[in-house]
Amino acid sequence: MLTCKHTTRLLSEALDRPLGKREYLALRLHLLFCRGCRAFRQNIYVLRKVSRSFMGRDDGPN
Amino acid sequence: MSFPAMLKKGALPPLLSVPNRIHPHAMTAISYTELISGFRPQLLKFARLQLQDDAAAEDAVQEAIEAALKGIERFAGRSALKTWLFTIVRHKVIDFLRERGRTVQVSSLERDEADMDEAFDALFRENEHWSPVSRPRPWGNPEEALEQQQFWQVFEICLEVLPARTARVFMMREFLGLETDEICTTLDLSTGNCNVILHRARAGLRQCLSEGWFGAEAARC
Repeated sequence: MLTCKHTTRLLSEALDRPLGKREYLALRLHLLFCRGCRAFRQNIYVLRKVSRSFMGRDDGPN
Repeated sequence: MSFPAMLKKGALPPLLSVPNRIHPHAMTAISYTELISGFRPQLLKFARLQLQDDAAAEDAVQEAIEAALKGIERFAGRSALKTWLFTIVRHKVIDFLRERGRTVQVSSLERDEADMDEAFDALFRENEHWSPVSRPRPWGNPEEALEQQQFWQVFEICLEVLPARTARVFMMREFLGLETDEICTTLDLSTGNCNVILHRARAGLRQCLSEGWFGAEAARC
């Protein structure tokens, strides 16, 4: 089982590279049970959207 | 374009008007004073995070509270008061950053990367799961935030306090849309290092926006 701290690292990296199958499954499993990490994911998705709006390129998360 | 130049490009607007919520007096002056003191730790935390200067943070919060007490009869509810207090503190913080910008190098505003990691670690318990008080919460109404000038002021402040390298990598990725490989090559960093820096930037900005905007806004309705 992933720790929350490790999960935040994977969530960040998921914005930059495709995750491996094992990482992806571990992440899904953790998120299923952890609302804190689900909120962290929502927050950093919004952060990406905000950053793109800041530069006038609002094309949403990948 | 350099980061400070980017900030200066969109010059910050003059003082915004205070939210205009005039209601019948539902509360006494005494309960307002109590409410305001209750918000003090939160306001201080926000100001300290932005200014990295305890004395200046104290001043900003004190001035905001005095201003709030002067105009107290205009506020009927707890949430309007909280939003207003944060609005005043934001203005004080921005004024202070502008003032300091003229006399001190921008680099002195930077937070050390190690400090950021320490602040992030403090959100977790020993077992590396969220500590209950700092567990993230979903951000409400992001669409609405994007349309508000005050939100962008908070965002700029949050960016400004990032360490230079952290801000640079984050902006290359999210503002310029470069792939991580390209960023690592350009800055001569390992992929692992790049990932660590991006995570640090996102975690720091997330925390700053939670405290400076989304947390404060939650009480608005």
